[in-house]
Amino acid sequence: MQTENIIRRAFFLVTLTSIVFLFGILVTLLLNALPALQKIGVGFFATTNWYPTAEPAQFGAIPLIAASLWITAGALLFSVPLGVIFSLFLSEVLPERIKTFLKPTVEVLANIPSVVYGLFGMVFLAPLVMRFFRLPVGLNGLTASIVLGIMALPTITSVCEDSLNAVPRTYREASLALGATKWETMIHVTLPAAASGVSAAVVLGLGRAIGETMTVLMVAGGAAVIPRSLLQPMRPITATIAAEMGETAVNSLHYQSLFALALFLLIITLLINQMADTVAARSRRRFKIQ
Amino acid sequence: MKRNRLLIQKLWFSVLGLSGLIIAIILFALVFFVTTRGFRVINWEFLTAAPKDGMTAGGIFPAIVGTFYLTLLAIAAALPVGVITAIYLNEYADRDSRLVQVSRKAVNALAGIPSVVFGLFGLALFVNFLHFGVSILSGGLTLAIMILPVIIRSSEEALSAVPFSFREASLALGASKWYTIRRAVLPTALPGIFTGAILGIGRVAGETAPIMFTAATFFTGRLPSSIRDEVMALPYHIYGLMTEGTHPEQQAPIAYGTALVLLVLVLGIDLIAIIWRYRSRKMKKW
Repeated sequence: MQTENIIRRAFFLVTLTSIVFLFGILVTLLLNALPALQKIGVGFFATTNWYPTAEPAQFGAIPLIAASLWITAGALLFSVPLGVIFSLFLSEVLPERIKTFLKPTVEVLANIPSVVYGLFGMVFLAPLVMRFFRLPVGLNGLTASIVLGIMALPTITSVCEDSLNAVPRTYREASLALGATKWETMIHVTLPAAASGVSAAVVLGLGRAIGETMTVLMVAGGAAVIPRSLLQPMRPITATIAAEMGETAVNSLHYQSLFALALFLLIITLLINQMADTVAARSRRRFKIQ
Repeated sequence: MKRNRLLIQKLWFSVLGLSGLIIAIILFALVFFVTTRGFRVINWEFLTAAPKDGMTAGGIFPAIVGTFYLTLLAIAAALPVGVITAIYLNEYADRDSRLVQVSRKAVNALAGIPSVVFGLFGLALFVNFLHFGVSILSGGLTLAIMILPVIIRSSEEALSAVPFSFREASLALGASKWYTIRRAVLPTALPGIFTGAILGIGRVAGETAPIMFTAATFFTGRLPSSIRDEVMALPYHIYGLMTEGTHPEQQAPIAYGTALVLLVLVLGIDLIAIIWRYRSRKMKKW
């Protein structure tokens, strides 16, 4: 009986690990970012010059935030319609046998390392974009958006497909029995019923795209100016952190300001995921599934 | 009227099919691109020799070794913690208890954190605060935190798929709770736990951002001699070859070759996991 108790207690302590690390990450980033935030003040989120190595150094994060928003919006514009349509195809049209083969394929797409996507974007996609739009460089926001969109596809597709599958069959049967075609059933019954799951998928895709680092670092072009169009080179938050952290001295203002960027990114992604959770919980309640 | 609607349906179904075609083309283009470009440079020497002539020739053996060590450490650290967490959440804790809800939230939150944030955390905690330096140790632990949620989730899924009657039968025979878990629940859930772990390995092997400041180095020809050494790693090598160094033309082909090796490694690992999962599901008799 005593071993039982020891094991229960030990396992309980281990279970706390993920909670400890979540707060550990928050606190660590906060401690490292705080000096910079105090020194730079609101200017960090309100000014438009990011010249961390100039004399005097300037830390205005707006161009970086704007770049993240542009690229993420571009990625979603491309991957949300494609992902939702593909998940409809996957769950409503294709026969079961092909589905069991295609689902793992989507899973595999999700596991391709981001640096390989980055390489693909740099060498294959960037020249295509350059030629098509007659630009001086192919490494820009659009190329980054396309690659990020491809990378967000598996997330959007699989979450979307799960929520379509969760719609009870009786819904479809009722609609079909009333004489609706399969397509009409999909559009007027199944998709609206799965709406909250679909929006959760979109939000998760958003979270994935905004936090992606290697691809944007390699493909987005790296210019820290406020973008006026998607066809310009940009430098999103993640790429800035990754590109500059290697060259800063520990505990310098630059180092701390990169931690402030990471903290900002962390809070944004936590909020986004919380939102996705809430939306997904709503769809679970609706169909009373675990 | 009905005919018209069926025509519309046919039209839309082809649009849906088109989306599948577009995705297939993208996937094919990616794999075809990496395979054809990479295949040209891969030979025995490429896989077994160190880089030479300032990263413009030679092989990628140190990077393969580095990725192996990092992945091994990450999975060795994350697997026990992840499985024990899953056991506690699924077998011991009360389903509706505060703890279960909070840790489930924490696991979800951890899973959504961008990889570069993990990298910074590893840099601040392991490299600078704990003075592990830029090393296999720092990088492996950073990666371990990152895959922890993956392992917890898949283990929990595997454990909750074990029928309740298994536990009841064992308990009815007078076995203790821990004995029941050890002898009845875990063996049944093991294939599921392992496939989750293998998928985690596939993910860790390809990560770049978390090891950039915690473990990886671009210019070293030698193999690591201890856990405190910095290492080369396949994903970081690709990035380095494409963005650093002085001879981009000679470096690019090596990057393609490295990408092919990494892709084969990651997809091969995934394939093993998927086949294993498929077979163990088929073997199920309950």
